[in-house]
Amino acid sequence: MIWDFQKYGNYTAILDEYGKSLTYEALDKEGRLVAEAAGRRCLAFLLCRNEIGALVGYTGMLNGGMVPLLLNSHVNREALEGLLAVYRPAYLWAPEGIPFPDLTPVYDAFGYRLLQTCYETEYPLHPELALLLTTSGSTGSPKFVRQSRTNIQANAKSIAAYLELDETERPITTLPMNYTYGLSIINSHLLAGATLLVTDKSLTRREFWSFFQEAGATSFGGVPYTYEMLDRMRFQRMDLPSLRTMTQAGGKLSPALHEKLAGEALAAGRRFVVMYGQCEATARMGYLPPEKAAEKCGSMGIAIPGGKFHLVDEEDREITVPGVSGELIYEGPNVALGYAERGEDLRKGDEWGGVLRTGDMARFDEDGYYYITGRKKRFLKIYGNRVNLDEVDALVKGRFPALECASAGADDRLYVFITDQERAEDVKEFLIHKTQLNSSAFRVVCLDEIPKSDSGKTLYRKLEEYYA
Amino acid sequence: MTNLEKYDQAFVEALEITVDQLPGLEYQGTDQWDSVGHMGLVATLEDAFDIMMDTDDIIDFSSYEKGKEILEKNYGIAF
Repeated sequence: MIWDFQKYGNYTAILDEYGKSLTYEALDKEGRLVAEAAGRRCLAFLLCRNEIGALVGYTGMLNGGMVPLLLNSHVNREALEGLLAVYRPAYLWAPEGIPFPDLTPVYDAFGYRLLQTCYETEYPLHPELALLLTTSGSTGSPKFVRQSRTNIQANAKSIAAYLELDETERPITTLPMNYTYGLSIINSHLLAGATLLVTDKSLTRREFWSFFQEAGATSFGGVPYTYEMLDRMRFQRMDLPSLRTMTQAGGKLSPALHEKLAGEALAAGRRFVVMYGQCEATARMGYLPPEKAAEKCGSMGIAIPGGKFHLVDEEDREITVPGVSGELIYEGPNVALGYAERGEDLRKGDEWGGVLRTGDMARFDEDGYYYITGRKKRFLKIYGNRVNLDEVDALVKGRFPALECASAGADDRLYVFITDQERAEDVKEFLIHKTQLNSSAFRVVCLDEIPKSDSGKTLYRKLEEYYA
Repeated sequence: MTNLEKYDQAFVEALEITVDQLPGLEYQGTDQWDSVGHMGLVATLEDAFDIMMDTDDIIDFSSYEKGKEILEKNYGIAF
């Protein structure tokens, strides 16, 4: 069991935008019914929306010892079919509107159905395995992070401690629940007995803000793009007396926006909390205490309670002086068990031993506050989603074998360089379809040739002049 | 260019669609009109008409027709 819902009895656990709510006691009971309908510990795919039904399925399965794998309900069909073939789940928990003519419905509640699959064999599950989450958006990549019950509990407890969460909190959903950061908000607030305000509406909609104001939301989270959007909407002028805390993760804010948001929050008597995390560490690893938000602008802070950061140089020696950049290493009970890329991997135990090489480069200052300086691996964050550039190259080359291609760019702006202008539109459409991200993130640029070294390696550095 | 043409052109540019798709078009009625596309559309309209839209107008802008109504009523743009 992850959460002891009985502890909060008749407190409201979830309230949705249509006025429907569930107490902790009811959430406990409804969740048990889902797990009982499945009847055993097994793998289940959850097609998520920020709705009561998705949360009932998620909490019921986790508390009941099943292993949910979380996907966005908008995942494209061919990606979903691919993942089903790779992992062969015993069940799906999906919104009623999504048709699955070949599967047998065995239970339904709150607009969701439990659908039984009919694979002849299932993959064995390691006893510690509790949850599977994707590392990126919805490219259909079969790579998932394996999280244990201990991981989820430790991280939720730590987040609830440093954000000082209690039962008076009313966080409103702004991120998909299948996304590690969105899920961490749910996990930590359910541990604290708070009321989750759930809506699938975006911050650019009137319905979102009406619900926000009527239900008295106290906090929300956002990726850098969320805050850029809010800033452009001049949301500072909105009347939001119930709002106490804004958290930010999923990439690095520009220092200028960080400073502006921290200053405005301070003036409004609110907390602005910059955080750092990855799915590989369940969710959170670092946070900047809100009282330091202005003073340590541009920093992602210190390790969360129970965790530890250090830096290593290229020879793997620990860096002990401030101001020197090295790879950021995190240690803590929330470091996940490892990756799964195929069904057979679900039987694997803990491969990482509580230590995570983050792939991010960082430095620390005299006071021990950490600053992200760059990335060791080639990936970008697009609207908070991790996009691996080598994977993009491979995807494009797989689809257009004759095409020369190299991708690069900055966060929220992915550039794909090719040498055939006639394919530019096809490449862009293909990437939008594959990643399910808005087209504004993609630029396809045609060059006479892709810069390469004598040994034929792409010189990504030389591409910087086209986007820097 | 007439105001209507400017208005249509902003949609075509920001949401990568064609003029014939515009009548009746609502938020999320096309893949590109999500929150990212919405902010792109607002920025394009602000540039095209040299205006600064209010928060309330940005979040009430829920369809092609509704947007026209907002620009007409609150920014004095005649169609």
